[in-house]
Amino acid sequence: MIRLLAPFRQSVRRDLLLAARHKTEIITALFFFVIVVNLLPLGIGPDPDLLRKIAPGALWIGALLATLLGLQRLFAPDHADGTLEQMALSPQSFTLLVAGKIMAHWLVAGLPVVLIAPLLGVQFDLSGRSLFILTLSLLLGTPILSLIGAVGAALTLGVRGGGALLSLLILPLYIPALIFGAGAVEADLAGIGPDGHLSLLAALLVVSTFFAPWVATVALRVALE
Amino acid sequence: MNHSLVNWFKFASPASFYPLAGRLIPYFAAVAMALLAAGLWIGLLVAPTDAQQGEGYRIIFVHVPVSWMSMFIYCVMAFWAALGLSFNTRLSGMMTSALAPTGALFAFLSLWTGALWGKPMWGAWWVWDARLTSQLILFFLYLGFIALQAAIDDPRRADKAGAILALVGVINVPIIYFSVQWWNTLHQGASVSMTKAPSMAHTMLLGMLLMALAFWAYTIAVALMRVRCIILERELTSEWVKKNAME
Repeated sequence: MIRLLAPFRQSVRRDLLLAARHKTEIITALFFFVIVVNLLPLGIGPDPDLLRKIAPGALWIGALLATLLGLQRLFAPDHADGTLEQMALSPQSFTLLVAGKIMAHWLVAGLPVVLIAPLLGVQFDLSGRSLFILTLSLLLGTPILSLIGAVGAALTLGVRGGGALLSLLILPLYIPALIFGAGAVEADLAGIGPDGHLSLLAALLVVSTFFAPWVATVALRVALE
Repeated sequence: MNHSLVNWFKFASPASFYPLAGRLIPYFAAVAMALLAAGLWIGLLVAPTDAQQGEGYRIIFVHVPVSWMSMFIYCVMAFWAALGLSFNTRLSGMMTSALAPTGALFAFLSLWTGALWGKPMWGAWWVWDARLTSQLILFFLYLGFIALQAAIDDPRRADKAGAILALVGVINVPIIYFSVQWWNTLHQGASVSMTKAPSMAHTMLLGMLLMALAFWAYTIAVALMRVRCIILERELTSEWVKKNAME
């Protein structure tokens, strides 16, 4: 089992090491998230009731955009220097290597967003319980964003106008995660309880963990042909 | 070796499909025109005025068929996409890209006619109803597909990438639909419900069915015309195209 997952671990470690050498990229994406979320009250107005209401949606949309930012660089540098082709040719499972890259992307782009979300939630005057549910929904949901996003990144690899195209392809597919993620807090406030939404989010996570690395691999092989 | 009357695989080759498509187009176009005339006649003249909605309801004879078709065409695209990926046939990818603009057109028409219908009936051009929202997302999916294919220069890669996207999309469409529905019920009470439609007169149903079949035949005719153009573009250097152009 451990031997089987070795390519996955190696791939995660390699990408994390690369990310550690370019710390500014991580910090830029994180500050992008913080700024987008903070712009919303400036655009909408400082009314605490209103802010409390839009907070889950605001943080979730910020998370979607922050994930998109890093996605373009998920495969592109490795494609440019030929590493990706070597990975595809290597005897180890290409799907596991790709899964490792996706995992590393989440650790670099998704996890910081999850960790800083409670702080931003406080700015929106969320209660402790709502903060907890929101953070939990982001913890379950941001990996989905990385997984689905990887498919889009693979499809648009080396394509003209890749960045804008990637957003066009991927954002509609993010809608279920957005609805259940942001909806969990609202369902709790409405008295229904967040369990249903969080369970659905977890189900989406399981399904996309199973399929997305495989589909991304197929798309990468098409791109490398 | 092959004893069946028609060898279907023969037409998987663009060279032999091209003339077949050319022969089929006039028939489908004629069927589309005839059904369209019959459907419009029933819809605009024969069908009774609706008791609640007056004459304005007649837009459903366009609205409902185009909505059906926009969803159906996406499924057909996914079918061709799956066929193309599994059998590596070139024609499948061409069919997928030939269908996409018509699907996008129908999705747009569905939204537009829906807005025209919604204004007098509900008093709003747009409501965040589950069906409207998922139709809008379907429209985005079509646009994404077209944009992806347009951005890739190598036609074979464009076909395969588009096929993967179409399949991912078709799996997501039901998930999106149900998520939007639950989102909708959580956010607002059922101020507007389209599901509680009054029982429909038979002539209305007949009119919608005729219109749907008319759009169906239209889609086939237009997709075949488009696929002929795509075949010519891609096979520009082959012998049979040169011969064909000489004739």
